[in-house]
Amino acid sequence: MTEAPFDVKTLEIDGRELSARRGQTILEVARENDINIPTLCNMEGLSNVGACRLCLVEIKGSNKLLPACVATVSEGMVVSTNTERLQKHRRNILELLFAERNHVCSVCVSNGHCELQSMAQDQGLTHVRMPYRNPHLPVDASHERFTVDHNRCILCTRCVRVCGEIEGAHVWDVMGRGIDSMVITDLHEDWGKSTCTRCGKCVQVCPTGALFDKSKIGSDHPKYPDFLPYLNLMREAR
Amino acid sequence: MSSKLKLATAWLDGCSGCHMSFLDMDERLLELAELVDVVYSPVVDTKDFPDNVDIALVEGAVASVDDEKKIRKIRAHSRMLIAMGDCAITGNVPSMRNPIGPDAILDRAYFENATIQPQIPCVVVPKLLKTVKPIHEFVKVDVFLPGCPPSADTFHTALTALITGEPLDIPALTRFGA
Amino acid sequence: MTIEELEQIAKTVQLENSRYDYEVNVCMDLACASQGAGLLRDALSRLAEASGKKVLIRKTGCMGPCSSGPLVRVDPDDTLYAKVKETNAEAIINSLGEKPVAELQCDLNEHFDKQVRVVLENAGHIDPEKIDDYISRDGYKALLTALTEMTPNGVVHRITESGLRGRGGGGYPTGLKWGTVAKASGDVKYVVCNGDEGDPGAFMDRSVMEGDPHRVIEGMAIAAYAVGASKGFIYVRAEYPVAVARLTTALREARRRGLLGSGICNTTFNFDIEIRLGAGAFVCGEETALLASIEGRRGTPKPRPPYPAVSGLWGKPTLINNVETYANIAPIVRNGGKWFFNMGSERSKGTKVFALTGRIKNTGLIEVPLGIKLWEIIDVIGGGVPGGHKLKAIQTGGPSGGCIPADMMSLGVSYDALMAAGSIMGSGGMIVMDDTSCMVNVARFFVEFCMTESCGKCIPCRAGTAQMYTLLTRICDGTGTMDDLELLIELCDTVRETSLCGLGQTAPNPVLSTLKYFKNEYLEHIMHKRCPAGVCSMAGAPAAQTAAAEVLA
Ligand SMILES: Cc1cc2nc3c(=O)[nH]c(=O)nc-3n(C[C@H](O)[C@H](O)[C@H](O)COP(=O)(O)O)c2cc1C
Ligand code: SF4
Ligand code: SF4
Ligand code: SF4
Ligand code: SF4
Ligand code: SF4
Ligand code: FES
Ligand code: FES
Repeated sequence: MTEAPFDVKTLEIDGRELSARRGQTILEVARENDINIPTLCNMEGLSNVGACRLCLVEIKGSNKLLPACVATVSEGMVVSTNTERLQKHRRNILELLFAERNHVCSVCVSNGHCELQSMAQDQGLTHVRMPYRNPHLPVDASHERFTVDHNRCILCTRCVRVCGEIEGAHVWDVMGRGIDSMVITDLHEDWGKSTCTRCGKCVQVCPTGALFDKSKIGSDHPKYPDFLPYLNLMREAR
Repeated sequence: MSSKLKLATAWLDGCSGCHMSFLDMDERLLELAELVDVVYSPVVDTKDFPDNVDIALVEGAVASVDDEKKIRKIRAHSRMLIAMGDCAITGNVPSMRNPIGPDAILDRAYFENATIQPQIPCVVVPKLLKTVKPIHEFVKVDVFLPGCPPSADTFHTALTALITGEPLDIPALTRFGA
Repeated sequence: MTIEELEQIAKTVQLENSRYDYEVNVCMDLACASQGAGLLRDALSRLAEASGKKVLIRKTGCMGPCSSGPLVRVDPDDTLYAKVKETNAEAIINSLGEKPVAELQCDLNEHFDKQVRVVLENAGHIDPEKIDDYISRDGYKALLTALTEMTPNGVVHRITESGLRGRGGGGYPTGLKWGTVAKASGDVKYVVCNGDEGDPGAFMDRSVMEGDPHRVIEGMAIAAYAVGASKGFIYVRAEYPVAVARLTTALREARRRGLLGSGICNTTFNFDIEIRLGAGAFVCGEETALLASIEGRRGTPKPRPPYPAVSGLWGKPTLINNVETYANIAPIVRNGGKWFFNMGSERSKGTKVFALTGRIKNTGLIEVPLGIKLWEIIDVIGGGVPGGHKLKAIQTGGPSGGCIPADMMSLGVSYDALMAAGSIMGSGGMIVMDDTSCMVNVARFFVEFCMTESCGKCIPCRAGTAQMYTLLTRICDGTGTMDDLELLIELCDTVRETSLCGLGQTAPNPVLSTLKYFKNEYLEHIMHKRCPAGVCSMAGAPAAQTAAAEVLA
């Protein structure tokens, strides 16, 4: 009967009148309409954790910023995705990431193929005002095919999710709290001695140079995370 | 008096790659020379950093007490200070020693790996700071030109704009690690 | 169990107690116990027996003014003795029937006169391990009234009418929350009690759980009836073993009396409670993290919505309230919503328990009507700042609260007034600071707490609090610059506005509030390399100055 109209929401994003299905996130609607909202922890095909806070958007009538990757649309919502306030916060968050660990782009395997690096450029970051923390962090090269370099990890937990949710191996997890948090394999064993199936999914979804394939040389290390949505589609089709 | 702007370039803890890239502007350097006088640089023969510099381009991070003195002096004598390249801006390669500290580095370089007369130098070589830092940790920086090194094109576009006062969109030209 | 049976038990207890001419209540809670209350009680029991007088010696929970412990209250005269030693036992027993022991009597009348006891009404009067003691003071009457005379909706309505707001920190209207859970559709619903109490120095909830555990259980059972839940969890931090033991005993006793379990009080209402232990992480007090922890997952917060009221434990509608919130329920049901509504200030009803600590004479637990002026708490209840020092500020709201300066002591304590002043009510920590405190150092201390307690999930809180700490440390050791201060302020703004959960969102409060009222101290540190309170070492300052001097050379 007349159920259907309730399932379609109309909203405004950056001045554009758009329609969306009920339950869609702001991010999904924005992407369908070629509106770019920066994201780091979100990855199509994985669950959303709302952790990187780069996708925060402003909603008219509320002072609270909402993460576009988890906030769902509602009727009449007026969304702004790129205000000065948001730009400032995004730059600060990126600065925090660069200062948190040791990012030396010029010698990084991901130089030129890194989501953090290109996002910094997109957001107009030319330097980091926060004091660099210079933590002493390990590199685990015990795996026969891959390496994890914690100096480059931004704790987006994409690796944790892809390994648990898609590969089903649940090798990755997060250890520790706060600034001391780290991703670990199994119960903090060497990756090479872990229950890893060597599928390589975590390496492909890692947005930075934290996880990389040993067979690639220098910074010739593009990643191909696009397999995920297809994989999910295939599974659903079965 | 010449109406040309006074340009200085300086070299702290860097590999000189940024200066090389600057020189890679090739024939465009002549164009630049119409607009500026190079009053101080590793490529010209001046001992002391002159007064009243209009534009100072600084390569390299601050890694030693000497670097710190230099950068403060440069700042005090320059109208516009440009951090040139990732070392000056982020610490980059020189800062890779930060997590382990200067002693470990000195031991490695002058002691463990030395075949003749292994000893840590204490004269001539300036004392290393505990952490290598970007120059803006010490002085105010007016323009940041990231890249390792920034390309000759980046230099050309940026300097031309800065000299002529045209608008300049640096993130459109270059990025960290470029 | 029926109302009649309940009354019967109350009568029996009263009858039993009337066999005694005197009741000597000894506080056995942490502060008093650590000062020898145990030995004191043994001595009192021994001597009472020997004296032949009819004396009931009872161990109770915290009576409040812990700094005056060990405390003893003698009934029926309601005589309070402070700083009682084992050696005073004889004098106390001898005095029964005679004049009170003058030198032990303490002048805490003013301390108590300004207080109103709802949550702590039984504190110092009952043995927390005896359900009958609780029942004799109207315990479980409210549950039975609710089950037999009220509809679930009626209960929600009464709570709404009372104006009660959550005591866990957020101050969300309790009736509204109950209504949401009651309306949420779901075959299974849960009721959860948040007893994580992670604020350093706070012990309100511990005191209630240890001193009057049945009050929490009764509140939860009423809540379960109101929202349609049949299962409850009390989440207590593992550092509170006594609370866990008392609650365990209380749950067992309540089950034995048919006050928990199936078919409670011959109705169709079923409800039982399980205790879950927390690992003592501050962030596990945040509701979504707490629920994750109960489910056996890593205790990290999740973005809301969905709120627990709609999708909580295992995706089911879940009511989560604080210990003190539940402790208010039975009195409200018993005495009516209006009764509660008439206490307190305009938008903050009822009373609030505070843990008063720091530079103040009477430290301990107090319960005051909301709207009370800060000076009444400090000067009257607290007995003022000792040692001839001057009051400087009051810090409320725990690690993420703010500092209120001495010249704002006429502020009435309410959710909104504290918020407007740049602080928060929080769960009830209240730290008094005098002129020996450096406000920059205070801010740094609280930021350090938030930094170490951050769960690390979201960037602004994980890395932002660490950067704030670094910048504050620079200011405290004399190397800070005006640029650092500017960056600190900007960072506060980003951490506050972009963090995922309350921990990060409120972590900048200590900095922002001290900057608001004590900016001068920051400037002194930065511009003159001087700590006005003489707390900070300014150890880095000389180096910074030489470096600056060299530029000019
Ligand atoms: C970091 C953090 C810690 C918290 N700790 C506690 C706590 O220890 N006890 C508590 O009752 N509520 C705590 N809360 C508030 C809870 O999330 C929740 O709002 C509260 O339990 C709801 O109960 P109420 O409505 O009765 O206040 C905390 C919140 C945050 C953000
Ligand atoms: S991970 Fe990205 S941002 Fe970090 S060093 Fe590598 S390229 Fe640079
Ligand atoms: S490569 Fe190993 S660790 Fe990575 S997703 Fe596959 S199984 Fe998990
Ligand atoms: S290793 Fe890569 S994917 Fe995993 S948390 Fe770090 S940055 Fe994210
Ligand atoms: S930025 Fe790169 S090119 Fe320039 S000095 Fe540093 S290492 Fe050399
Ligand atoms: S704000 Fe802090 S405690 Fe809360 S989710 Fe983020 S990192 Fe964790
Ligand atoms: S993409 Fe939304 S929070 Fe990371
Ligand atoms: S512990 Fe005895 S009065 Fe608080």
